[in-house]
Amino acid sequence: MQLFPCPFCGLRNEREFHYMAEPGKFRPDTSSQISAEDWAAYLYDTRNEKGRVREIWMHQTCRELFVMERDSVTMNVLGSTSLRASAGEAAE
Amino acid sequence: MSGTRISKGGLIDRSTLLRFRFDGRDFTGHPGDTLASALLASGVRVMGRSFKYHRPRGVWGAWFDDPNAVFNVTLKGDELPNCPATTTPLVDGMEARAVNAWPNAESDIKGGLDLFHRWLGAGFYYKTFMWPDWHLFEPSIRKMAGLGAVDGKVIEGYVADQLHDHCDLLVAGGGAAGLAAARAAAEAGQAVVLVDDHATLGGGLYQGDEPVEGEEPRQWVATQEAAIRAAGGRILSSTTVYGIYDHGLAALAEDRGFARAPRLWRMRARRILMATGAMDRPITFADNDRPGVMSLQGAAEFLGRYGVLVGRKIAVLSNNSQSTPIVAHLRAAGAEVIEADPDEGTLRALDGKRLSGVQIGGRKIDCDTILASGGLTPTVHLWRHAGGKLDWSAEKAAFVPGAAPQGMVAAGAANGTFDLDPALAEARAAALGNAPETVATGYRIKPLWPQPGAKGRQWIDFQHDVTLKDVELAARENYVSVEHLKRYTTLGMAADQGKTSNMAGLAAMAAIQGRPIPEVGTTTFRPPFVPVPMELYHGTRRGQLVNPLKRLELEAQHRQAGGAMCEYGGWLRPGWYGPDQETAIRAEVLAARQAAGVFDGSPLGKIEVMGPDAAAFVNFIYYNTISTLRPGHIRYGFMLRENGLILDDGVVARLGPDRFLISCSSSHVASVELMLESWRQDGNDPDRIFVHDTTPHWATLTLTGPKAQQIVAALDTGVDLDDFPHMTLREGQFDGAPLRIARVSFTGDASYELSLRAGKAGALWQAIMAAGAPHDLRPVGVEALSVLRAEKGFIMVGKDTDGETMPHDLGFGVPRQKKKAAFVGDRALHSDTANAPDRRQLVGLTLPEGALPLATGAHIVTTGPKPRSIGFVTSSYFSPTLNRPIALALLEHGSERMGERVTLRHMGQTATATVSAPCALDPEGERLNA
Repeated sequence: MQLFPCPFCGLRNEREFHYMAEPGKFRPDTSSQISAEDWAAYLYDTRNEKGRVREIWMHQTCRELFVMERDSVTMNVLGSTSLRASAGEAAE
Repeated sequence: MSGTRISKGGLIDRSTLLRFRFDGRDFTGHPGDTLASALLASGVRVMGRSFKYHRPRGVWGAWFDDPNAVFNVTLKGDELPNCPATTTPLVDGMEARAVNAWPNAESDIKGGLDLFHRWLGAGFYYKTFMWPDWHLFEPSIRKMAGLGAVDGKVIEGYVADQLHDHCDLLVAGGGAAGLAAARAAAEAGQAVVLVDDHATLGGGLYQGDEPVEGEEPRQWVATQEAAIRAAGGRILSSTTVYGIYDHGLAALAEDRGFARAPRLWRMRARRILMATGAMDRPITFADNDRPGVMSLQGAAEFLGRYGVLVGRKIAVLSNNSQSTPIVAHLRAAGAEVIEADPDEGTLRALDGKRLSGVQIGGRKIDCDTILASGGLTPTVHLWRHAGGKLDWSAEKAAFVPGAAPQGMVAAGAANGTFDLDPALAEARAAALGNAPETVATGYRIKPLWPQPGAKGRQWIDFQHDVTLKDVELAARENYVSVEHLKRYTTLGMAADQGKTSNMAGLAAMAAIQGRPIPEVGTTTFRPPFVPVPMELYHGTRRGQLVNPLKRLELEAQHRQAGGAMCEYGGWLRPGWYGPDQETAIRAEVLAARQAAGVFDGSPLGKIEVMGPDAAAFVNFIYYNTISTLRPGHIRYGFMLRENGLILDDGVVARLGPDRFLISCSSSHVASVELMLESWRQDGNDPDRIFVHDTTPHWATLTLTGPKAQQIVAALDTGVDLDDFPHMTLREGQFDGAPLRIARVSFTGDASYELSLRAGKAGALWQAIMAAGAPHDLRPVGVEALSVLRAEKGFIMVGKDTDGETMPHDLGFGVPRQKKKAAFVGDRALHSDTANAPDRRQLVGLTLPEGALPLATGAHIVTTGPKPRSIGFVTSSYFSPTLNRPIALALLEHGSERMGERVTLRHMGQTATATVSAPCALDPEGERLNA
């Protein structure tokens, strides 16, 4: 069992967490025409990288979503940021 | 002659006698003995039969490395299968039986199988039992194979404790290195936990019985233990570190005595120091599996710990320097020891009925016991569990720990440091995080590996009966990767997980192919290091604790009313009221249609969505348009996944301009809440929308039927019922608490859904029952409710929908065509799949009066010589209201087939029905306002 750092609650057991999504993936604006390929890419394409990855997780006990950076090979956790702070960084 | 107990020495208590039985004979031993040591001390040599050939076997090693002596053990009526004799502490009154042998290990009737060994090599089953069908032979082969038998009785109270703990430094192994490390770390202020699998610490110190830092081994061990405890360290003996997992998590199994489940410790350690020692490896020679051929280290352990001399006239075949102190110890204990270089010539164990000697080239040595040592192999399993690398040391002819996993360090023999003083220095330095001085090793070894082509039957894996010839066969058939070799020959796959056999096996493969050993490599090391019962993982997570039922506030009232409580979607709910299910359901349905029924709808989801952006958010979440819903009004709709499939259905009520109440299905509350929360935070401004699941805080009682309004009117709610149309919501009070009344209907009859603080539900129930008595009100269970809704063609998501259903399949196609704003799943509703003409659509199936109800799941098939399934029944009931069976189904081109007669098949039975609209009762909805 791994230990994940919730930005709000600190280090907690992995069983309290739920993987949610890949960050940086945006929903196409469906009020305009979206090609089947673009929609399929949005639905199904995941990077699933080896090594350093950024992922959105939910800490189920506090319900907060956050971005966690970790190594998918060594399972080392490199850090976590709240989704808001992460969105702020992305906007800058 | 075989083993004897010497008069002094060892860690046993000779003043107390323990009685036990083995294979029907009486024996005695002492506290401190294992089953194996007590039997050896009594002169027993044959303790088992091999897995495949039923060859007689004696113990090889003295601890977890022994592959041969496996017993079914009974104590006071409690029986455990597959107990390793070498690690099972002796208890007075034990009855042990060798597994895989009948009537006993000494004279096993299947012993004759060994004569056919020429035809029973690796892969023999796959090659032999192919024709006509493996399954023909499987039962009898399965019966022949396997080890212990389970008696089928449950041992009372066999429940594993599971503890969570943490420490700064976990020291795995309580030998010299482990003790020295634990003491150094504890005295430096670290929170230390020292774990050792023996009851008495000291590791291999008793083998040579030489002084340690000037003290007798027992005294030195006691000194270290006292110092560790004095410095605040903890010591767990009889406990095995059996696995290392991510982020410094170590799994520990603590032995709590025979027939008691071990205790699981999940120990989270900042650092782990591996001081697990090293194992002696066998030498591969002809008939090396004969009883009386043993590990040199094992014999030294039997002598040092249990005061057992394994033979009188002993030939020691050792290629390394660890034998020197052990030979001295054996001689001091009274054995005659002949040392020989195993590389001197071709080896063969000689025996008639008993081991009589060893042949070395042209020389024959008479002896009753052969102690073989092919060199020390560091016990690196935990290192590999954690992802550490191994390096090949040519000097030590062994794999030793290489690049370290994070937070882990190795010391002592486990690190390839076989000399005592350097091991102690290394352990103390490692404990404090310092690098030790490098000291030249005094350990000498002349590598000796299996020799391909050698004559005779040379055992590699004793427990699974894999010989050198099997490895050669695997190589010939191109199973040359060690992982393939393992699976083809089953080498290393037995309960001992190859502790003695893996090195010999991969060395044999290396020799056959002419490759260096490190290039061949090892197989993967996986937890558990020693066998542990499944119960260890199970613990108290049984029955209710696996997945606790959700309980209703009104459970007592339901039970009092005769409610049969059953599980529905994780909730314990009344299925029906009364002793007979069928009559109860019928009576409840008829009461709800003719007078009034009340049902407990508390599990129904009540998720509030609030905030300035709530309206736009809910409009985006729902398939249906919600933005036009006015406060006080309710709308039915679907939530989809982004792939267009239905996640849930239900009603949403607008409580105010910025406040919505989402009423999702009882069993979908968690998934809907998760979906809402995820969209709220990821894609929206979470400061402008708030999601709050209030389901457990509100209880809901729903009155339905022609008399429902009169009953609600009799309650003091302050709500005017006269101008209260269907699909609206009013707020009132009951007993001083806020009350919500929603006019929604899951039955098709006029219904009033009363929700209030859960604590007030009892009072409301009582008031409703009192007000309803003159109107023939009945409580309605979940089963009757399912019939009532099916009569109306109302679906249950997950029952009448599956993993392909989209809303337009259910007749809700308008938002798909008309809704302008974006919503979850919108684009997917226009995919080729969504537009396919042959989608399965919801229909009703009509059967004549007197027909039997269709089976749920029955397939609707095409007629003709090759029938094909075009749909299936999703719900089927007998309708007391209509006095005939009704059913819902998903059917290809369903909406175009109205009035068509279709054929159904189920379990060899055929039925016919007529396709109709899903709603079988009151299609105009007149009853809603009756």
